[in-house]
Amino acid sequence: MPHQAPDVALGDHPPAASAVPAVRLRGLRKNFGSVTAVDGVDLDIRPGEFFAMLGPSGSGKTTVLRMIAGFEQPTDGTVELGGQDVSRLAPFDRDVNTVFQDYALFPHMNVARNVEYGLRVKGVPRAERRRRAADALRSVRLDDYGRRRPSQLSGGQRQRVALARALVNRPKVLLLDEPLGALDLKLRHEMQSELKQLQRDVDITFVFVTHDQDEALTMSDRIAVFNAGRIEQVGTPQEVYERPATAFVAGFVGTSNLLGGRAAEAVIGMAGLFSIRPEKIRIDGDLARPAGPGETVATGAVTDVVYAGAILRFEVALDAGGRLSVVRQNTDGVPGFTDGRVRLTWRHEHNFPVTGSE
Amino acid sequence: MTAAITNTPRPAGSPRRRLSAYLRRTPRLRLGILLSAPLAWLGVAYLGALAALFVTAFWSTDVFTGRVVVSWSLDNFATLARDAVYRTITVRTVGVAVIVTLVDAVIAFPMAFAMAKFTSRRTQRLLVIAVMTPLWASYLVKAYAWRSMLSGNGVLHWLLVPVGLDGPGYGLPATVITLSYLWLPYMILPIYAGLDRLPDSLLDASGDLGARSVRTFLSVVLPLALPAVIAGSIFTFSLSLGDYIAVKIVGGTSQLLGNVVYDNIGAANNLPFAATVATVPVVIMLLYLAAARRTGAVDTL
Repeated sequence: MPHQAPDVALGDHPPAASAVPAVRLRGLRKNFGSVTAVDGVDLDIRPGEFFAMLGPSGSGKTTVLRMIAGFEQPTDGTVELGGQDVSRLAPFDRDVNTVFQDYALFPHMNVARNVEYGLRVKGVPRAERRRRAADALRSVRLDDYGRRRPSQLSGGQRQRVALARALVNRPKVLLLDEPLGALDLKLRHEMQSELKQLQRDVDITFVFVTHDQDEALTMSDRIAVFNAGRIEQVGTPQEVYERPATAFVAGFVGTSNLLGGRAAEAVIGMAGLFSIRPEKIRIDGDLARPAGPGETVATGAVTDVVYAGAILRFEVALDAGGRLSVVRQNTDGVPGFTDGRVRLTWRHEHNFPVTGSE
Repeated sequence: MTAAITNTPRPAGSPRRRLSAYLRRTPRLRLGILLSAPLAWLGVAYLGALAALFVTAFWSTDVFTGRVVVSWSLDNFATLARDAVYRTITVRTVGVAVIVTLVDAVIAFPMAFAMAKFTSRRTQRLLVIAVMTPLWASYLVKAYAWRSMLSGNGVLHWLLVPVGLDGPGYGLPATVITLSYLWLPYMILPIYAGLDRLPDSLLDASGDLGARSVRTFLSVVLPLALPAVIAGSIFTFSLSLGDYIAVKIVGGTSQLLGNVVYDNIGAANNLPFAATVATVPVVIMLLYLAAARRTGAVDTL
């Protein structure tokens, strides 16, 4: 089977899993009336990990997060934090804090009072409260904003206040619900690296929910891909991207590029469903050249060329049936192929079987 | 077939079309046309009447003929300030209005909170309708209903006797009960609207940061809902301040400012003095509104 490890390093795995996971979910289910939002989720999140729960809206990822926080009671199954079963505990009795999608800053309190809220509730003495809140605000670079109202802040600043308000309590696990969803693209990219850096500094387990595959790939140590209330795959960004386990993961993380049925038998020489990443495929007009060693070749006709600035995307209808997307760096502009006829080549290990259907 | 829906623009020159286009270009004129009639009504019927009232308050009545005499003096205000009975009635009226407002706030808040935060959308709509339904019934019917409930052999008496209590009978407590009932929807609806606007995530966040329910209520819900409560209190307070019918029906011999106004217009035929008395609740209300404004409640109306 052409199924070897890809030649890219599989990246920095977090330190080997310690005995007790920071978060352990077992058989977690949640029904809302007749709707099953979460349908049996098992998951171990390691201490100190930056963990992403990725999936389309309605896939149950946010409900899982809310069950970890304690806002929702599981219909079935257990939530463990640091080895302790907290399934029946209220949010205020769990050692986790949440950064909400809408930040949920208290509009009637200034930034400092917002950040101090958790400490005030727990009866931390005033002097220590002040000091820790100031430290937290400094760690998100908002030192001088303590006296402002949330309404006087920009979206990015509110986001950082929400972070400081959660982190000041030094929770074991920080939950982030679509933390960057409300920010514009440029700010998102800035916050992505900032968040990553912050997580390294504070050494707290981060669990964040996102529907943005780029965000999940660039920020996290490991990703769980959710679909229809279940987890399809858990792995490092490289594993999930390079070796998607199912057709859904292949399609949701990156572009769906699947060959199945007759086309798979003709091109790959095996029955089944195969995924090939668009950027792994080379495209040229050299139809006569045979396959090199370890290469798979297919010919076809270009049906569409999408010009996207830095890259070009070709849609190719294969002669053997099926369609493939091919991405190419825009090094020489849009090439003209004779009659739109092209040859696609990729290395054997870049097509791999997935479960599911096209 | 797309041929059937070809778009034939009307000739650009038709007068109606030109007028529409002109109005589109001049939004101020459009606004003026829309607002002029209601504003004229408000100006003439409301502010005009109020001004006339205030002017009348400085006139007097001829003792023999009963005619209104147009001569400017502060005599009416002097009487009002000097006469202990009017001070008592003013204090009593404000007291009743304050108690009615407090009773309504205490009853309305849990109700509005439950409606806004703990019920499905469908139940919410049903409850809003349920809250508004009493407003569709006549004021008098409701007041007389309370009269019969509060009477010596009424429902309240019948309910309270077995536990060793007696009904309040007619009087100020009965007035407070009746007014609280009458104005309750005006308190529930603003608070409900205010709490409905309060994002659920704020309650979640408070719990997430370690606050139990009571703490969340006191630190987050109440401060954020306070402007809505004050908005509701503007209704209950002002409506109670001006009421004179409920107190006539269930209040026994008690009098409120509204009764003094009514009696001076009717029995005493002293329209100028009635006007003078009527300025008292207006002034109190203006002071109350000014205070409410400082809390930001007026913005939530």
